[in-house]
Amino acid sequence: MSVFNVYLSGVGGQGIGLISEVMQRSVDHAGIKALGVDTHGLAQRGGIVASQLRIGDSIHSPMVSRGKADLVVALERHEAVRAAGEYLKKNGTLVYYNTSWQPLPVRMNKAEEIQTAQVAKFCQSNGFRLIEVYQSDLPDPRMQNMALLAAICRNHLLAGVRKEHYIAAMRDLMSGKMLEANLGLFERLLLA
Amino acid sequence: MKNLGEMLLQREAFSEIVMGNTAIVRAMIEAGTRVVTSYPGSPTPEIASAIAAIKKEDRPFYFEFSTNEKVATEVAYGAAVNGHLSTVFFKSVGLNVASDTFVQLNLMNLIGGMVVVLGDDPGANSSQNEQDNRHFARMSYTPIFEPANPTEVYHFYKAAAALAQQLHIPVILRLTTHVCHAKEKVAFAAWQPAVFDKTPRFDVKNGPYMPLTSLVFPMKRRALQNLGQLASMSEKIGQHQRVDNQNRQKGIITFGLPYLSLLDVLEESGGKPDIFKLGMIYPLPIDMLAEFLRSHEEVLVLEELDDLIEGEIKRIAFERQIKVKIHGKTDVESWVGEYTADKVSGILRNLWPEMAAAAPASPAAPLQVPARPAQMCPGCGHRSAFHAIKQALAPVDIKVADIGCHTLGFMPPYNMGEMLMCMGASTGIAAGLSLFNDSRRVVCFLGDSTFFHAGIPGIINALFNRHNITLIVMENGTTAMTGHQDHAATGRNFNDLTERIPVRSVLEGLGIKHIFEVDTYQQQKLTDAVKEAVAVEGFAVVIAKHPCMLKLMREQRRKDSFQAKMVSIDKKTCNHQHTCVSSFACPTFVMNPDGSVDVNPDLCIGDGSCLQTCPSKAINRPQNREGGKE
Repeated sequence: MSVFNVYLSGVGGQGIGLISEVMQRSVDHAGIKALGVDTHGLAQRGGIVASQLRIGDSIHSPMVSRGKADLVVALERHEAVRAAGEYLKKNGTLVYYNTSWQPLPVRMNKAEEIQTAQVAKFCQSNGFRLIEVYQSDLPDPRMQNMALLAAICRNHLLAGVRKEHYIAAMRDLMSGKMLEANLGLFERLLLA
Repeated sequence: MKNLGEMLLQREAFSEIVMGNTAIVRAMIEAGTRVVTSYPGSPTPEIASAIAAIKKEDRPFYFEFSTNEKVATEVAYGAAVNGHLSTVFFKSVGLNVASDTFVQLNLMNLIGGMVVVLGDDPGANSSQNEQDNRHFARMSYTPIFEPANPTEVYHFYKAAAALAQQLHIPVILRLTTHVCHAKEKVAFAAWQPAVFDKTPRFDVKNGPYMPLTSLVFPMKRRALQNLGQLASMSEKIGQHQRVDNQNRQKGIITFGLPYLSLLDVLEESGGKPDIFKLGMIYPLPIDMLAEFLRSHEEVLVLEELDDLIEGEIKRIAFERQIKVKIHGKTDVESWVGEYTADKVSGILRNLWPEMAAAAPASPAAPLQVPARPAQMCPGCGHRSAFHAIKQALAPVDIKVADIGCHTLGFMPPYNMGEMLMCMGASTGIAAGLSLFNDSRRVVCFLGDSTFFHAGIPGIINALFNRHNITLIVMENGTTAMTGHQDHAATGRNFNDLTERIPVRSVLEGLGIKHIFEVDTYQQQKLTDAVKEAVAVEGFAVVIAKHPCMLKLMREQRRKDSFQAKMVSIDKKTCNHQHTCVSSFACPTFVMNPDGSVDVNPDLCIGDGSCLQTCPSKAINRPQNREGGKE
């Protein structure tokens, strides 16, 4: 298959490491080559964290070039716009969880918060396909990443990767109550 | 769930998706490494996380976090001269700390062999600079292997270890941030545990191990002879790779992650240069490179950070009188930042445009997004500390920061930290700033892990030379920034429970007379203590302590009895002074367009440290969340 680039972004503490690893392993379970890389260290403290995932045969470095992502996955509204603006290619897809963790300048009244309608307008004017995810009944805000994962699966955003591949990847990485809760949510959202 | 620890000890060959920092641990096991040491620092601490995944009783080697990189190097050295294959790993700037010992290693006959794993940080992702540690290798005559991806990390570690054992030398394995953290499927070999001879084999006959006066010279000669031998062995053992595209005009010499960036660019451009990818990057395989130069009209040295290989390539061409055009660094920018595919494409666009990828089109209608600097976590004791300390100081007072999560205090709205150097430097710098200074008080900060790492000499100096400064130890009971490693005051080392060495006891033992100790959540008390401390004529220390709340909350959440809480705003009382959201600035608070304030349920941990900051008392006490768990 041809190269497919995914850029994931969020705020430190949102669980981006788990969703990126589940995605990479899902692709692997589907028998497709994947390379990934995550942010570790300083930026994790409430700053921007990014993960990168490259899929296909003719890939070498795990890092995605600017303007060359086919898919941007964001766990937060501001980071959705920032990442899509920098990395998403025309006709690419932005899928994001619609929550806002206000950046410092907003909290200090020095900048305005990005609103949901602005994201839609931004995507429209840039030719991005937009999928907005929000789930009002999550048992734990740290499961927002699973809501996104379900949206990625439901919309077939990773070609050739099916439900059973995502579930196998989740089983690789989680166990006990955590697996039960996340798997339960994932399957419920797929039916929704 | 796959069990990482069991996987790393698997006897049969297997393939698994792992990051570079995990792949190296399997390589250590297969190579028969016996002693591994470190001090935590990005991008390497996940190596220790992988080691920790192996049950202590099953670990085939000894591991410790030492108090700093220099001590870690010394422990690994001591093990190596006793006959054990050893390894030390740390971050880029860790080598500055370790260097006093490190530069001597190659003078010694390391009968067990030793691998020095460096986590360099091109792009300064998590460091105060992007220093190129290849310079240290030249200074100390130490060979370097540089892998490009996790598969090579695994193979190159084993190659480095074999070479170290064969020649009884230290060998550097130089990793960079995105090689440490890259994840791919790596094919691992089978492993048969070896039986080790524990006999301590240290013998002066293997030496000399005393580099004094005339003994230095034979030791230096031996190191240089080793280097010469390595250069001639490099063709066979150097893990070099040639990509022959039958291009007799253009060739590229490169190594490490930039090689993969180059391949990505060439996939898009269809360019077909010949490529010489180095595995062992010092010393160089001179004959092979001379032959590569001879067979091309133009050669580009594609080299991240500094121009060491470019210089050597030019020397080879000069000494062997090879007619070839050599391209390398062109401007300041070519010395700066990571060589990503974007960067490599830019370099090629200037030099050989047919090999560059198409420049990406920028979005037609960009939308300005407010910046998101890193923040202290919700409930962080450092936030309470900085908020309180700020009330005790005048704007002209000089605030010296140090390395750790508390470095983040330099940012608005706290501005507690106006200069930063390196681990443990704050006290010494503060002492210098206090000289001839009668008008601006000098305050310096220091974390607790850093206190043990490199902080103590500066403190003793302040005391010994009677400097008039105030030190604030930001004690959170862990090495927080790098992922909560234990340190000498926590009562645990990597392997076992151990006797605590409390920071306060050390300070008292030194005879420091003015010690103030306050939990940072008691903000008024802390303000008063700092006021008192800076009024002291001489050296005073404030221990501003509160446990790392990120660590504490993680531990709490695991308990069945855990009850999630959060604060709320009493909208009738709140008169929009915004102290909580703009001055105390916990990320939990939300600024609404109409000036009202809310609490973000995703973020609040219900610690309540914010209550005291509200001038109108409009923050309600933390209440239990519905459903118990947040």
